[in-house]
Amino acid sequence: MAKTIDLDLVRHIGKLSRIELTEQEVQTFSRQLAGILDYFDKLRELDTSNVQPMAHAVEIHNVLAADTPGESLTPDQALANAPQRDGNFFKVPKVIGDSQ
Amino acid sequence: MGANKITDLSARELAAAIAAGQCKAAEAAEAYLSAIAAGEPTLHAYNDVLADRAMEQAKAVDAARAAGKKLGPLAGVPLAIKDNFCTPYGRTTCASKILANFRAPYMATAVGKLEAAGAVILGKTNMDEFAMGSSTENSGFRPTANPWDTSRVPGGSSGGSAAAVSARLAAGALGSDTGGSIRQPAAFCGVVGLKPTYGRVSRYGLVAFGSSLDQIGPIAQDIADCALLLGAIAGHDAKDSTCLDRPVPDYLATLDEPLKGLRVGWPSEFFSKALDGEIAAAIGKAAEVFKSLGASVVEVSLPHSRINIDAAGQVSSYAVACYYIVAMAEASSNLARYDGVHYGHRTAQPVDDIIALYSKTRAEGFGEEVKRRIMLGTYTLSAGYYDAYYNKALKVRRLIKNDFDQAFGRCDLVLCPVAPTTAFRLGEKTADPLTMYLEDIYTISLNLAGLPGLSLPAGLSKAGLPIGMQLIGPVFSEETLLRAGRMFEKAAKLSRLRPPATS
Repeated sequence: MAKTIDLDLVRHIGKLSRIELTEQEVQTFSRQLAGILDYFDKLRELDTSNVQPMAHAVEIHNVLAADTPGESLTPDQALANAPQRDGNFFKVPKVIGDSQ
Repeated sequence: MGANKITDLSARELAAAIAAGQCKAAEAAEAYLSAIAAGEPTLHAYNDVLADRAMEQAKAVDAARAAGKKLGPLAGVPLAIKDNFCTPYGRTTCASKILANFRAPYMATAVGKLEAAGAVILGKTNMDEFAMGSSTENSGFRPTANPWDTSRVPGGSSGGSAAAVSARLAAGALGSDTGGSIRQPAAFCGVVGLKPTYGRVSRYGLVAFGSSLDQIGPIAQDIADCALLLGAIAGHDAKDSTCLDRPVPDYLATLDEPLKGLRVGWPSEFFSKALDGEIAAAIGKAAEVFKSLGASVVEVSLPHSRINIDAAGQVSSYAVACYYIVAMAEASSNLARYDGVHYGHRTAQPVDDIIALYSKTRAEGFGEEVKRRIMLGTYTLSAGYYDAYYNKALKVRRLIKNDFDQAFGRCDLVLCPVAPTTAFRLGEKTADPLTMYLEDIYTISLNLAGLPGLSLPAGLSKAGLPIGMQLIGPVFSEETLLRAGRMFEKAAKLSRLRPPATS
């Protein structure tokens, strides 16, 4: 079944993805995403009603580490790549705004 | 020893020459740095060349030897590292504008192990941005050229590493493979590439793309070099909880023991019209070589990895659909960390709130393919679509793995192509993302199943381009794959191909 990924849906996915899209990108992605999702839909041909999902190639569980303090980054190392810092903090614009 | 002679040696031969005092590590580093200076203007294999540090490392090896200290197995061997391995020196960019100036605060375990073995790190190699691509054209900086024909791509995403080894701008290299990113560029550039079993090599410090699929592996001049490099990087690491605690065999020690009664699996379904005829012929010949060495060839079936061609000529495969759903879902989650807050690019545009900061930063920092994948991954994981896409893909993933389990009841390894074509031209497949995804049709199934795969040269096409072949084995069958590869390499005399311009 052919998918329609209309322009508003592309804008919505862009918002969920935290990527601001240009109008040109919205147009291009609308066409491309529909084609790719259509391709994904081929999996519907397969009967998987009795198949357990496999999230991982090597199914190991509960790898636990000893609860002992080890080496970690110093605040200066951790903040060395910060676009903006304020003392020992990452600096960001206000988180609770009025534009949402 | 002359510079040309040095870059003619395999990594193993060079390590032996340095250990024997026939060549100084500093001479080897100089020889490779001159080769890089001569080759880079046309190839663009490296994002960053670490000349000063490489010379220091090399001189330290020479000093250690002069002091009578025991040298590591890679002492003085100059290697290249894909630019998605964190190193506490130079930049770690993933060929993305969003990380263009990122300096990692720690060392990837695999690189640390190479250095502990005495290797000299020449630099960081170009790649598709965040390893998303099959041609290295998605690099946020510039494409890399194929040393065999500079109008063609080197494959991807580890295209810089494969091109560097092929053109002898490095004695060997590390790459990463999420869906074929080591094996396909190795095939396009006429070198050897191994994607080990998931969990064989620690991923600590490898920038994450698809965490259940990513694995680190060597790109090498020949099978022996591949075995040498794998031995150096394999093994348990408490810093990666998916890295398995299994002993690491001496891959070199058993390399020349012939495999008696080897059963080579032949998946007929892989040899459809979608495959280039010259490649099909070369792999057929390889099967004959294995037979002449005493192996048997048995038919196997991998129905869920099969290539279908519909009436309209449209090529498809369940494995490709399954892989891209899983990989994009994992990528959308992994790449959420690029937020303009902790490290990497931050928008200079005025913003009123944090959401705008994220959205503008990511719009400016990510390239088109990365955006496409984050968006598709976000969509397939979103409420209402999770079962139809992501959960469905996880179920098909098990069917793909079951196919391999059954096949390995009948054979020791599967012989098949690496890619449907030889190296294609720059720009040839960039217009349609799906066309590029189909490049991975022969390589992605084993990432989904966690299996090891070895890519090695099977011959040259009439146009003079390398043809690769792939050997796939059960989990932890690297020894078998390398021994089989070595048997073939010796019998077919196809080892250590050199591109015309550099031979």
